[in-house]
Amino acid sequence: MSLKRRDFVKLCAGTMAGLGISQLFHPGLLKAMEGAAKNTPVIWIQGQGCTGCSVSLLNTVHPSIKEVLLKIISLEYHPTVMASEGELALEHMFEIAEQYKGKFFLAVEGAIPKAANGMYCIVGEMEGKELTMLELVTQLGKKAAATVALGACACYNAGIPGAEGNLTEASSVKAIFEEEGIATPVVNVPGCPPHPDWMVGTIAHVLLYGVPELDDNGRPKLFYGLNIHENCPYRGYYESGTMSPVFTQKQGCRYELGCKGPVANADCWKRKWNNGVNWCVENAVCIGCVEPGFPDDMSPFYEAM
Amino acid sequence: MAGCKPKQGPAAAMAPGKKIKVAVDPVTRIEGHLKVEVEVKDGKVVDAHCSGGMFRGFENILKGRDPRDASQLTQRICGVCPTAHATASVRALDDAFNVKLTTNGRIVRNLIFGANYLQSHILHFYHLAALDYVKGPDVAPFIPRYQNPDIRVDAKTNAVGVDQYLKALEIRRICHEMVALFGGKMPHVQGLVVGGTTEIPTADKIVGFLWRFKKVKEFIENEYLPLVYALGSVYPDLLETGSGWKNCISYGVFPLNDEETEFLLKPGVFTDGKDYPLDPAKIKEYVRYSWFHDADTGLHPSEGRTNPKPGKEGAYSFVKAPRYNDKPHEAGPLARMWITNPELSPVAQKAGFKRMRDLGDKAFSILGRHIARAEEAYRVAMAVEKWLMEVKPGAETYVKVDVPEEGEGMGLTEAPRGSLLHYIKIKDSVIDNYQVVAATIWNASPRDDMGQRGPIEQALIGVPVPDPKNPVNVGRLIRAFDP
Repeated sequence: MSLKRRDFVKLCAGTMAGLGISQLFHPGLLKAMEGAAKNTPVIWIQGQGCTGCSVSLLNTVHPSIKEVLLKIISLEYHPTVMASEGELALEHMFEIAEQYKGKFFLAVEGAIPKAANGMYCIVGEMEGKELTMLELVTQLGKKAAATVALGACACYNAGIPGAEGNLTEASSVKAIFEEEGIATPVVNVPGCPPHPDWMVGTIAHVLLYGVPELDDNGRPKLFYGLNIHENCPYRGYYESGTMSPVFTQKQGCRYELGCKGPVANADCWKRKWNNGVNWCVENAVCIGCVEPGFPDDMSPFYEAM
Repeated sequence: MAGCKPKQGPAAAMAPGKKIKVAVDPVTRIEGHLKVEVEVKDGKVVDAHCSGGMFRGFENILKGRDPRDASQLTQRICGVCPTAHATASVRALDDAFNVKLTTNGRIVRNLIFGANYLQSHILHFYHLAALDYVKGPDVAPFIPRYQNPDIRVDAKTNAVGVDQYLKALEIRRICHEMVALFGGKMPHVQGLVVGGTTEIPTADKIVGFLWRFKKVKEFIENEYLPLVYALGSVYPDLLETGSGWKNCISYGVFPLNDEETEFLLKPGVFTDGKDYPLDPAKIKEYVRYSWFHDADTGLHPSEGRTNPKPGKEGAYSFVKAPRYNDKPHEAGPLARMWITNPELSPVAQKAGFKRMRDLGDKAFSILGRHIARAEEAYRVAMAVEKWLMEVKPGAETYVKVDVPEEGEGMGLTEAPRGSLLHYIKIKDSVIDNYQVVAATIWNASPRDDMGQRGPIEQALIGVPVPDPKNPVNVGRLIRAFDP
């Protein structure tokens, strides 16, 4: 392979707003990806979620989603995208999981409810019997080479479905794996939703080089390594004590409006969102969606910490 | 590998007069978890049950929180239409906080929401529905497909369809960039808040929005609309099936003046062939066949309670059954376009259809719903263009308001997929009760306490299933509703 892991990481981390992880266009790397995709299919399943992570993935710019789907990953199961449905789809998924046992990658979007024997999330029917998300994650988790937990719901305390007041005992992938004694490695890619580059970049890293270097919260350091507030373009306002009094007054730090940048770690401040056109703090405030404490510890979103 | 397995042997399907059950679970290329079970007799659906398989309980999670958190949290109900939930939520909050928007605030809200309407309709037609009509490339995730997928387009049209599928991926991404210019990011915007929007548009951002919009509009006019009508000529039978109750509801969306007396897509109700003005007091939710406690049935959302009871005897869905005046009503693009009955696009004019109702019964069909969606995309695009001329660079979009100690608010809007209601009650400055009656709840609802089928269930009746191993038309019908 012509691109070394450390160069890949450097390129991912050092990106400019809107450039995405365009090093995937590197011809040698693209070729390697195509080879890797063939032997390591991705099975993407959804629990208690909103499909926002999948929709965010569609927003990938460099590489385009067309390239991701046709060249970079072999997406053998994805409830929102795939052509097939019903038992035909489920049978295919289980066949792939068996055929590529220990080799395929599992992407999990959404939380996994444990209450009522998992019946708060039914994902399909096999042989006339309901299949719960809890059963599916357990079955596939055991067979996967690695699991990528996508979005706040699949990480930590299960995001909004797991927030205070929930009745479903919504749980993260890691929590379920620990309870079930599943040793498959889990990479957390939090965010509500995660940036497409974080998802494509992490999956690419896992496919090509294995699990990336993770921080204490199980997140790839290359995307979640730096604090938002410390690197914020409006940091100067904070230093001089100039605070925005209302959302539409942009000449100031958003701390008093409730910005959670000081406790959030991600590279939104330089990567920006949607092809680099904007990001939460430029527009309003950060609500800390990449952190284990989201949403409860970040709420109220519009009060200063 | 067989298709969706009928519960009895395939031979039974051929026996005249005999009923067999066919289950599709999961129904894919939708948002969420849905199962459908149909009974087929003599090659047609004679009964249907639609089951929503997921419960998160946003209403319970919202209780006791700062009311302003609601617009952030409820967006996460749906990643395809977060702007719809954000809009309904901030409208409920505007009502409860008693705040009136600035003109620019109203227009920027329309631009944010309008851009996501275009995104949602394009995503739905191409990336969720189109694979029911054209064959994708022979790689995952486009395979496996039904052995007998009933794809009738010729090779040339199929290639055009696949090209547009791939191009539409880029177009819908551009729509999200438009949303993000004023909304901060997508999915899940920061820009929609009680009192207006968070960012005053600059000339720079308006221009950025405009040049992106031009590409999207061109795509709708030159590719999306013509392809939908082309499918109508290839699959004419799909304009004749799936009529359903033919009752429509719309709360109205995109206020055109500050008094909110005019909407781009009008509020109204169409029941048993007659038009009525909308009266939100007539909305009730029933739970006899839903996994919720029976005591909480027949309630107006302002009295609504969320007490799930998974496994309840006789029930088969986590979806409640909302009814208007105790009758099932279809929501979504067809309902809005039928109620508004606007002039259609030049493509339709050429085909001899001046207004939506000129389609007559054909509107209430599998492809009729896709036509309504495409025509609505065209109508919204025309309006976005107008709002871009109206929006004022530098003019205030936000009115600061404090959280009231007590308050009550109703937020009505239309999600791309149908009528959406948020209700909030505030006590001691925190949320005391929050209720959401989402768009898909209207369409994908199970039977109500009176035993009436939900709109999708009813629309499935009569849909042809000549081959129970390949129940292609069942998926086509369900996806036409964009659940």
